[in-house]
Amino acid sequence: MERTESERHILSIQVENQPGVLSRVAGLFSGRGFNIESLCVAETMDPLVSRITLVTNGDMGVVEQIKKQLNKLVNVLKVVDFTGANFVQREMALVKVRARPENRAEILRLVDIFRCRVVDVGTEYYSVELTGDEGKMRAFLDLLKPMGIKEIARTGALALAREKK
Amino acid sequence: MKGLTGAEILLKGLEEEGVDTIFGYPGAAVIDIYDRLAKTDIRHFLVRHEQGAVHAADGYARASGKVGVCLVTSGPGATNTVTGIATAYSDSIPLVVLTGQVPRALIGNDAFQEVDIVGITRPCTKHNYLVTDVNDLSRVIKEAFYLARSGRPGPVLIDLPKDLMSMQGSYHPGKDVTLKSYQPTYKPHLKQLSKVIGLIKEAKRPMILAGGGVALSKASDELRKLARKIIAPVTTTLMGLGTFPASDPLWLGMIGMHGTYRANMSTSACDLLIAVGARFDDRVTGKTEAFASQARIVHIDIDPTSIRKNIPVMIPVVGDCRLTLHILNDLLEKEKLNGVKKVREPWIRQVEEWKSTNPLAYVQGEVTKPQFVVETLFKLTRGEAIVATEVGQNQMWAAQYYHLDTPNSFITSGGLGCMGFGLPAAIGAQVANPGKLVVDIAGDGSIQMNIQELATAVQYHLPVKVVILNNQYLGMVRQWQELFYEKCYAGTCMEHAPDFVKLAQAYGAAGLRAAKPDEVEQVIKQGLALEGPVLMDFQVEREEGVYPMVPAGAPITEMLLV
Repeated sequence: MERTESERHILSIQVENQPGVLSRVAGLFSGRGFNIESLCVAETMDPLVSRITLVTNGDMGVVEQIKKQLNKLVNVLKVVDFTGANFVQREMALVKVRARPENRAEILRLVDIFRCRVVDVGTEYYSVELTGDEGKMRAFLDLLKPMGIKEIARTGALALAREKK
Repeated sequence: MKGLTGAEILLKGLEEEGVDTIFGYPGAAVIDIYDRLAKTDIRHFLVRHEQGAVHAADGYARASGKVGVCLVTSGPGATNTVTGIATAYSDSIPLVVLTGQVPRALIGNDAFQEVDIVGITRPCTKHNYLVTDVNDLSRVIKEAFYLARSGRPGPVLIDLPKDLMSMQGSYHPGKDVTLKSYQPTYKPHLKQLSKVIGLIKEAKRPMILAGGGVALSKASDELRKLARKIIAPVTTTLMGLGTFPASDPLWLGMIGMHGTYRANMSTSACDLLIAVGARFDDRVTGKTEAFASQARIVHIDIDPTSIRKNIPVMIPVVGDCRLTLHILNDLLEKEKLNGVKKVREPWIRQVEEWKSTNPLAYVQGEVTKPQFVVETLFKLTRGEAIVATEVGQNQMWAAQYYHLDTPNSFITSGGLGCMGFGLPAAIGAQVANPGKLVVDIAGDGSIQMNIQELATAVQYHLPVKVVILNNQYLGMVRQWQELFYEKCYAGTCMEHAPDFVKLAQAYGAAGLRAAKPDEVEQVIKQGLALEGPVLMDFQVEREEGVYPMVPAGAPITEMLLV
C-alpha cells in the first residue's frame, strides 16, 4: 500500500456498554499491530452506551484500516476521527511534585499561570491538578521536571466536536 | 412464555433456526443439553475429538450453504474447538459453536474444566457471547445465527453456564434481529458501478479474479455471465475454485504461489483486474508492489476491511458479490459492447498462447506421481465428487489437477491452512449430501492429525473415501527445505507411519493400497465401488514438488517451473 506520513489521530468510539467490549477494542489493536497512545473510557448520558476516546498513530492506510476494523466489531456503534475536524481536546493529570522550600513559590506561580490547582499539600510534596490540551500538558510538565516529579497520573486525551457557530 | 428450562430454550431456538444436525462431544457442563437433545429430532453426530466436531460442522456448512452447528463441553472441550473456529474464521464459514461453561457461581474461580473461552476466541470469532441470564438465551441464539450467516459470514460462539441450562426462563427471541451497530451493506453504490463500466469499456486486457466470496454468496452464475459478456478471462483463488467452470475457454486456472503460469502472467499483464470476493492474501499476491502493476483494480467485497488492506484499489465496491454482479450485469445489458470483442482479440490470443507455454505437467515414471493419482481420480469421478483436502502438497495437487465445474464442491482450509481439516470436513460434507461421492485428498502427515474421525465415519455409515498421497514426508515443508534450505530435511521425514490399510480395517473401514502406478486406477475403482468409508494408500514419489512455485514474497511472475 502507499505509504504516507504517520499522524496522530484522536478517535471517539461509541460502544455498547457491556462486559468485554473494551477487551474487543484493545484486542483488535494488539492483534493487528496497531498502536494505542492513550485510552479513556466512561459511560455516556445513555447508560447503555460508553465512549472510548483513543489516541493512535499511523499513516492514512493504517488509520483507515483501524476505523474499518473498529466498525466491524459488533458492539461498536460509531467511530469518529477528529483529525481535520474542529474539536476541543482536554486531558487531566495529577502530578506529585517535590516542593523544596526554595521551589514552593515558583510552583505556586506556575500553578497560577497554567490555571491549575494544588489539591494536596504535604511536607515535601505538592499534588497539582492540571487540565489542558496536549501542548499545555507538555509545557507544564517540562517546567516542573527540574524540581522533581515523584509520581504522575494522566487520563489521556478526551475530545468532543465543536458545535457549529 | 414461561416454564422452559435453559436447555429447552436452547433446543427450541435451534429448531426455530432450522437446525437438524449437530456435531458434538458431551461432557459434564453440557449434560443437561444432551439430555434435552436426545428428546428432539435433531441428529447428533458424536465425533472423536472436538476439533473434528468444528471441522465437520464447517464441511457441512461449506457443502450445504447452511450454518454448521457444534456442541462441546467446557474447559478442554472448548479449547479443542479453537483451531476449528480459527479455520472457519479465516475462510468466512458460518458456524454456531455452543460451548458448556461451569456454573455462574464458579466462573472466575479456576473451577474444574473452566476456561475463559469467550476471551480465548475473541480474535477468531465474528462475535461471541457468554450468556449470564437465562431470559437472554433465546435472543442470543437468534442473533448468533443471524450474525453467522449474514454479511461476511463467520463463526459465532455461545458460552452456556451449566446452571442456566436447568433453570426456568422465558422464550422470547423477538421477531427480527435488529442490531444498531451491525448493518452489512448488500447493495452496492450505483455510482461506483458506473465507474466500473467505464473502466470495462476502456480496458484492452481485462481479467477477473474470483475468491471465496463468490461461492459464499452463490454468485457463480453471475460471474460466468459477466466474464462472457465483457470477454475477460477468469482466475480464482484457492477458495474460489469451482465458482468458474474449469471447462470454460476463459478459465485461466488458479492464481498465486502455486497458480498456473497463464493465470499469474495474465495478472501481471492485464490492464483491468476485477476482484470479486477475494481478499488479496499473500499467497495470492506474492510481492504486493509488483502485483497487477499495469492494472486498474476494481475490488468488490462485502467486507470493507478487505478493501485496501493489502492492495491499493482504484474503485472499491462494497456489496454482496451476487447482488453486485447481478446489478452490474443488468447495467451492462444496456451498454453497447459491440466493439469489445475486436479490441480484446490480441489479449485473448496472448492468454491462449500462455496456456500452451507452461501448462501444468508431470512425468509419470516407475514410481507413482501424486498428480497422476489426483488426475486418475478426476477422470474416474468425471469431476463430480465433492473434494475435501488436507493441507500442503496434497491440497495444491488437488487444486491443480481436480478440475471443478461446480461451486461449493471444493472443501479446503484456505486461509488458516489447517492440517487435519480434510477428513472431518469430508464427514460433514457427506452428512449434508448423503447421496454424493465425497473424497478427502490427503497426505500421510495431515491424515494422522484427525484420523480418529474414521471411527465417526464408520459409526454413522458415512462412505467418505480418503485418498492418501503417501510420500512419507511432510511434503510441502520438505519442498521448501529442498529449494531454500539446502535440502536440510529437518523434522519433515515421517518414515514411521501406521500401516494405513490395517489401520482402516481396525477402525472397521476398508483399506486399500497401490504401491505401483499400474495399480492406481484399479485401487481407485475398487475403493469408489465399496459401500462404506475407504482409506486408500498411494505410495508416491517421495520428493515430488508442487510446481509452478512462487517463492514467498517474490512477484508472482517469478515462478519456479518443473
